[in-house]
Amino acid sequence: WLFRVETTLNMFIYSSSFTYFFQDNAGQFFSSGHTNNWAVLVCTSRFWFNYRHVANTLSVYRSVKRLGIPDSHIVLMLADDMACNHRNPKPATVFSHKNMELNVYGDDVEVDYRGYEVTVENFLRVLTGRLPPSTPRSKRLLSDDRSNILIYLTGHGGNGFLKFQDSEEISNVELADAFEQMWQKRRYNELLFIIDTCQGASMYERFYSPNLMALASSQVGEDSLSHQPDLAIGVHLMDRYTFYLLEFLEDIHPASKTNMNDLFKVCPKSQCVSTPGHRTDLFLRDPGSVLITDFFGSVRKVEITMETINLTDPINAVNGELQKETYSYVDQLPVSEIIHQKPKQKDWHPPDGFILGLWTLILLVFFKTYGIKHLKHIF
Amino acid sequence: MAAYRYGYSAVLFILCGLSVFLVTNGQETILTGDDGAAAVDSPQTVTETAEQTAEQPAVEERQWEVTEVEEASPDEAAADKQDASAPETLVPPSVPRPKDDFQEELVIRPLHSGDIYASFQFRTLWETDFMRGNKVSHYRLFPKSLGQVISKFSVRELHISFTQGYWRTMQWGQPFLPAPPGAELWVWFQDSVTDVDGTWKELTNVLSGIFCASLNFIDSTNTVQPSASFKPLGISNVTDHRFLRYATLPREIVCTENLTPWKKLLPCGTKAGLAVLLKSEKLFHSSFHSQAVHIRPVCEDWQCKTTSWELRQTLSVVFDLHTSGQGKREWSLFKMFSRTLTDACPLASSSKVYIDITDNPEGEQFELIPATPLLSQAVVLGDRRTFSVYDLTQQITFGAVRSLNLLIRWKSTEGDMLRPLLHGERYVAGYGLQTGEIHTLMYNNHPYRSFPVLLLDSVPWYLRLYIHTLTVTSKAKDNKPSYIHYQPSKDRVRPHLLEMLVQLPPNSVTEVTVQFERALLKWTEYTPDPNHGFYVGSSVLSSLVPSIVAMDTNSTQERPLFSSFFPCKEESSYFVRVYTEPLLVNLPTPDFSMPYNVICLTCTVVAVGYGSLYNLLTRSFQIEEPSLGLAKRIANIIRKMRGVPPL
Repeated sequence: WLFRVETTLNMFIYSSSFTYFFQDNAGQFFSSGHTNNWAVLVCTSRFWFNYRHVANTLSVYRSVKRLGIPDSHIVLMLADDMACNHRNPKPATVFSHKNMELNVYGDDVEVDYRGYEVTVENFLRVLTGRLPPSTPRSKRLLSDDRSNILIYLTGHGGNGFLKFQDSEEISNVELADAFEQMWQKRRYNELLFIIDTCQGASMYERFYSPNLMALASSQVGEDSLSHQPDLAIGVHLMDRYTFYLLEFLEDIHPASKTNMNDLFKVCPKSQCVSTPGHRTDLFLRDPGSVLITDFFGSVRKVEITMETINLTDPINAVNGELQKETYSYVDQLPVSEIIHQKPKQKDWHPPDGFILGLWTLILLVFFKTYGIKHLKHIF
Repeated sequence: MAAYRYGYSAVLFILCGLSVFLVTNGQETILTGDDGAAAVDSPQTVTETAEQTAEQPAVEERQWEVTEVEEASPDEAAADKQDASAPETLVPPSVPRPKDDFQEELVIRPLHSGDIYASFQFRTLWETDFMRGNKVSHYRLFPKSLGQVISKFSVRELHISFTQGYWRTMQWGQPFLPAPPGAELWVWFQDSVTDVDGTWKELTNVLSGIFCASLNFIDSTNTVQPSASFKPLGISNVTDHRFLRYATLPREIVCTENLTPWKKLLPCGTKAGLAVLLKSEKLFHSSFHSQAVHIRPVCEDWQCKTTSWELRQTLSVVFDLHTSGQGKREWSLFKMFSRTLTDACPLASSSKVYIDITDNPEGEQFELIPATPLLSQAVVLGDRRTFSVYDLTQQITFGAVRSLNLLIRWKSTEGDMLRPLLHGERYVAGYGLQTGEIHTLMYNNHPYRSFPVLLLDSVPWYLRLYIHTLTVTSKAKDNKPSYIHYQPSKDRVRPHLLEMLVQLPPNSVTEVTVQFERALLKWTEYTPDPNHGFYVGSSVLSSLVPSIVAMDTNSTQERPLFSSFFPCKEESSYFVRVYTEPLLVNLPTPDFSMPYNVICLTCTVVAVGYGSLYNLLTRSFQIEEPSLGLAKRIANIIRKMRGVPPL
C-alpha cells in the first residue's frame, strides 16, 4: 500500500496546489533524483554444486521484485538451471534457507538470459546497450540518465576477475570501462554494485566513473564462504554474505527509512568470516541519506490529468465483402504427391534441337570449307 | 504505521478535493476509498483487466455508491460505467456470437502403468481477416503480444513447444499432442514475405523474449526447410516449403520461467477455471512435461466463408506412480495439482473435464468419484474412446462442497502394455571418437496392414553423414524408399536434412542406418561444458496409420479439443507424428588447458633459451677493479703526496 501513499501524495501535489502540508514528506521521494529503477542480477556459475550462486541471485531477485521493481525492469541472468535440474529433489524450487523454508524461485519467475547465453559478451552488451537490433525488450537494459541501477554479481572469482561459466572471465578493468561507457552514454543516474565472490573488493577497486557505490563480500586475499548446508538437497544453499543480505532485505518494506549505512553493516566479520567491503568515494551523496529503496525498490509517479481525451474508435470496420480466395485444409501426408514430386529443376540447359542444329551447322561449314573430296578418306 | 494513516487521510482529502473539482468540471472520474485498489477509472479508458473485474464485484458495488453520492448526474455515469464493464465480466448467451471465443478443457487418462496423463487445452478463436494483413489494434481474448507478432512478421502458422522428458510411447500409448524433448519451433510464413530467413531470425529473437527461452540460439546451423514433413495444420492454399522453417533445440531446459509467460497468455490467467491447477511445483515434479502454443488459421463453417485465428495452448503432464503417487494407485486432482477446481473461467464458453474410461466400462478397473452421468464418445487417434464429462459451467458439478476433487482409485494392479501401431527408436552405435553410426528403428505393429512413414532427420553439421552408407532394411530385406530428399550440410552454415518416405510392411521393424564422422570444432565453438556431449534433435516420423474406426473428416463440427488438432482428409486412416529420442553424441574435445600450457612453455623457452643467448650476444664484459680497502687507500694518498707510485 505504500505505493498508494506515494501515489496519492503525488496526486496531491499535482492536482491541488493549495496544500503544502505534505510537501516535506513528498520531497524525500525525489531526493535521489531518479525516476526509474533497474536491476541486473547475474549468476555466473554453472553446475549443480554451485546451487548457492543461483540461490544468491534469486534471493536478490525476490527482494527487488517484492519491493516493487517489475519483471520488465529486471534483467536476470542465470548460468544454469538449478530449479529443474535432475538432481533437485524438489523440482521448480530453489531454497535459500535450511529445511526448505524459503523458496526464492517463486511461482512467477522470469529469467531473461539463461544457460549458455550468460557470457561476458552478453553481460557487457546489456550494460552498454549495444545489442543486436532484434533483441527483445525483456533482454535489454533500457535505462536513461534518471535511472538508478542495481547490479548484483555472484560466482567464482579471484584477484581482479570473475569467472563466467568456467570458461571465460571478466576483469575488473573491463568492468570499470563498461561502467564508464554507461556513464558517458547517460545510462544511469546512480549505480549500486554488489558482488559476492572471493576477493570481491578487487572487482571495484578500478572503478573511476562518478555516482558509483560498490559493495563486496570480501577483501582482497579473502575467500567468501558458503552457508546453510542442506542434507536433503545435498549442497550449500547460500553464500554467507548474500544470506545475511537477504535477511536484512526481508525486513525492508517500501516505506523503510533504512539507509546505505545500515547496508554496510550487514554481515560483520563474526558472521561472514570474510570482511565485507564498500566503496563510496565516487558517490556524490552521503550514504546516510541514500535509502535502501532508492536501489532495491521502485519509484512510481502518477499524474492526474483533468483534460478530456477523446479516443478514436480502435476497432477497424471490417469490410463486409466476402473473400475471393477459398482455403481448405491440407493433406498432412500426400503420399502420391510426394512421390511424384517433380525433381528439382537443374541449371538451364539448351534444348536438344538447338544442339543438333549447331552440330549440323559446324559440319556444313566444315564440308563447305574442305569440300566433299575429303570424304573419300572416310568412306 | 504513521504512513498508513497518512495515506488514508490523504485519500479522504483528495476525495473531498476532487469531488469539488468533479462537480465543477462535470468530469466522470470515480475514486475509490477502498483498501485494495486505489485505481482511477475513467469510462473512456478502462484499464482494468477482465479478471480483476470478475474478481472484485464487491469493489464495483462500492464504487457505485460513491458515484451515486458524489456525481452530479448519477444515471448517466452509471449507464456509462455499465457499458464499459459489462462486456468484460461475462459473455451473455443471448447476444450474437462474439468475435472471439474461449474454450478450456482437461483430459485425464489413467495409464495402465499406474501413471496418470493429464492434458490441458485452451483454445481462443478470433474471427478476423488474417490474409489481408490488416493492422488490427483491438484485442479482447486473444493475447496482444502474440497478435502483434503474427501481424508484424506475417506469420501464417506458428507452432512452438517446450518439453521436459521423453514420451514413452510403448508404456503410455500415443499422446494427444506429440512433442520432442527440448524446444521445437516451426513456422509457415505468408507468401508476401520476401526475406524469409531474416524474418525467421527476428521472429525467433522476439519469441525468445516472450517465452523466456534461449530460442535466439536458432540460426542457420539448426534450421531446415522440410520438403514434405510439415504441412500446414490450418487452412491454406499454397504449400510451398520455401515459406516453412523448422528448428529444434534438444538441449533447451523447461522450467517455471517458461510456464510464467505461457500462463499470462490465458484470458483468465491462473485466477479461475482450469488454469488454477497449473502450479509449477507440481507440474515439474513429473515424468513428462510439455507445453505448447499453436497458432493457425481455421475455418468457422463448412464452406470456409469465415475464417479465424486459432490459438491453442496445450500443456501435457504425466505424473509418475512412484514419485508423485507414493506408489499408491490412487489419484485425485488435489494429489496431482495440490488444488481442486471451484469454478470455470468466466470468459470461457465451454469448460470441461474429460476422464478416459474406455478400458473401464463397468468400473472393474478403477473407481471414479464423484460419478457423473454425462458420457461422451470421441474418435481420437484412430480409436473410439469413451469419456466421463464434468461440465464446469454447471454449478451442480461442484456439489454441496463447492469444489470438484476427482478421485480415481484403481482396483486391479495388473495392466498390459499398450502396443501403439507406430513406434520409433533411435540410438548411436560405434566406438571411438572418430566415426559412428545412427540407427533409427521404426515399428509397425499392425498385424496385416502396411502404411507409409515419412522420416525427417536433421543432423548438425559437425556430424558428417556418409550418405552412401544409408541403408533401409525391413524383415532382413532392402526396403527402397519411394522418396528421398537429402540436403548436404555446409560447415558452420547449415545442417544435414534427410527426408525419406518408407512403406512399413505389416508387423515389422524397419531399420535405417547411416554412418557419420565427427568433425573437429574450433576452440571457441565448444560449449562451456563440452564433456556433457552434443545433442542431435529427434527424428520426426509422420505417418498415416490405418484407423480402427471411421475418422471424422468434417473439421468444423463441434468436437472436444483434444480430438480436433490434426485435420483429417480420409476416413480410413489418421495422421500421427512420432518423435524419437534425441541423441547425445560425444565429440573429441581438446584439453582446454592446452593453450595455457602452450603459453607457459613458450614463455619458458623464450625466457631461458632465447633470453640467455641474447644476453650473451649483447652484453659487453669488463673486468671490474676490486675496490681497495680503507688502509690501502690512505696509504696510497700518503704515497702520492710523497711522489711514490701507488700500490
